[in-house]
Amino acid sequence: MFCKTLDLASNRELFRQDPAQYLDRFPITDAQRRAVLERDWLGMLRLGGNIYYTFKLAIFDGMTMQHAGAAMSGTGMTVEDFRAMMAAGGRPIEGNRSRLENSLRQASGAEASGTALAQPQAVPESSGSDREPAHG
Amino acid sequence: MAKLIGGLGTSHVPSIGAAVDHGKTQEPYWKPVFDGMLAAKDWIRAVKPDVCIVVYNDHASRFALDLIPTFALGVGASFAPHDEGFGPRPVPVAEGDPEFAWHLAESLIQDDFDLTIVNEMTVDHGLTVPLSIAFGQPEVWPCRVIPLCVNMIQYPQPSGKRCYRLGQAIRRAIDRYPADIRVAIFGTGGLSHQLQGERAGLINREYDQQWLDRFIREPSEVAAIPAVELMRETGSEGIECTMWLVMRGALDEQVRVVHRFYHVPASNTAYGLLVLENATSD
Repeated sequence: MFCKTLDLASNRELFRQDPAQYLDRFPITDAQRRAVLERDWLGMLRLGGNIYYTFKLAIFDGMTMQHAGAAMSGTGMTVEDFRAMMAAGGRPIEGNRSRLENSLRQASGAEASGTALAQPQAVPESSGSDREPAHG
Repeated sequence: MAKLIGGLGTSHVPSIGAAVDHGKTQEPYWKPVFDGMLAAKDWIRAVKPDVCIVVYNDHASRFALDLIPTFALGVGASFAPHDEGFGPRPVPVAEGDPEFAWHLAESLIQDDFDLTIVNEMTVDHGLTVPLSIAFGQPEVWPCRVIPLCVNMIQYPQPSGKRCYRLGQAIRRAIDRYPADIRVAIFGTGGLSHQLQGERAGLINREYDQQWLDRFIREPSEVAAIPAVELMRETGSEGIECTMWLVMRGALDEQVRVVHRFYHVPASNTAYGLLVLENATSD
């Protein structure tokens, strides 16, 4: 797999020089190729890219795991938003267990204050913060 | 005869290693985490293991999709840190214990655990971060190290029950090793965290605390928790706590808690630390 080859500094240099040409060495689909070149992190995951492999590309880009987490949240969350969410205790489990749980909650009219997968607002309110909430 | 002197459970968050390597352990973000580790450092300094068996998972470093051993035992003479993209961590090369490791391999395989025997392997943050947590920044690690690498990142992972029974088999192997060595076992990884997808950043403090309570008290029941429950409740990478069960299986059913610590966040992860000894240690 392409990501694994980035373990070698010499390969990182080749990829830096010409990303598209470097990707020609690998039997990847057009969709995978586009996701890599456009750094569509959630897209890479959906196309089969395990985080421990795609994180090699994130490291190549100088990103931290918080950058990757923010990008994958799919809500337009910034890395600062993500760090603030972690400092406030992380993404809450309520409303985030499973799609089944969420649909049951909706069906029972449960108050949708949690951060369900499909909902854009993922940052818990933190009192006394003048920070803008995450944009959906 | 060899003697198991205790078990240590710890998360192996890579940024903990980076904090050590870059002198950030006393910064406000990290200080509470490193303060929480002090009692574990004191303990291991006092019990002085000759060998630590470190149960961890490789993160697409030494092993990748070309080779996915479920359990891989390092029997080599030394294990260098892997370059995970920033250059290898500036930590000592871990010295192995080939004689004891081959005894473990023989004993475990004859005990029906058909693990993979590895002579040449680099070790990533999964192993080096727990050593930094236990021993700080010495010139050389103060004990020999036997890596026991468990596949945790590629479905299908081994079950909690299998890991717990492997720990029990490791204990039998330790107990029948004739050399007078003191052995500690580390179970690493977890606790709740999800690195990928829309749930990235998930933390479930309540579940983690209950899991720790039960892990101490009723390990065989915790071992029966299905992987899907761990992933649902503690995130896709929270499943790493399964590896703690190898450590727990090696200990007696009745244990004494020497130290317990829990902190959120360490990077994207809930940091957990537990030091256990057998309740009736002579």
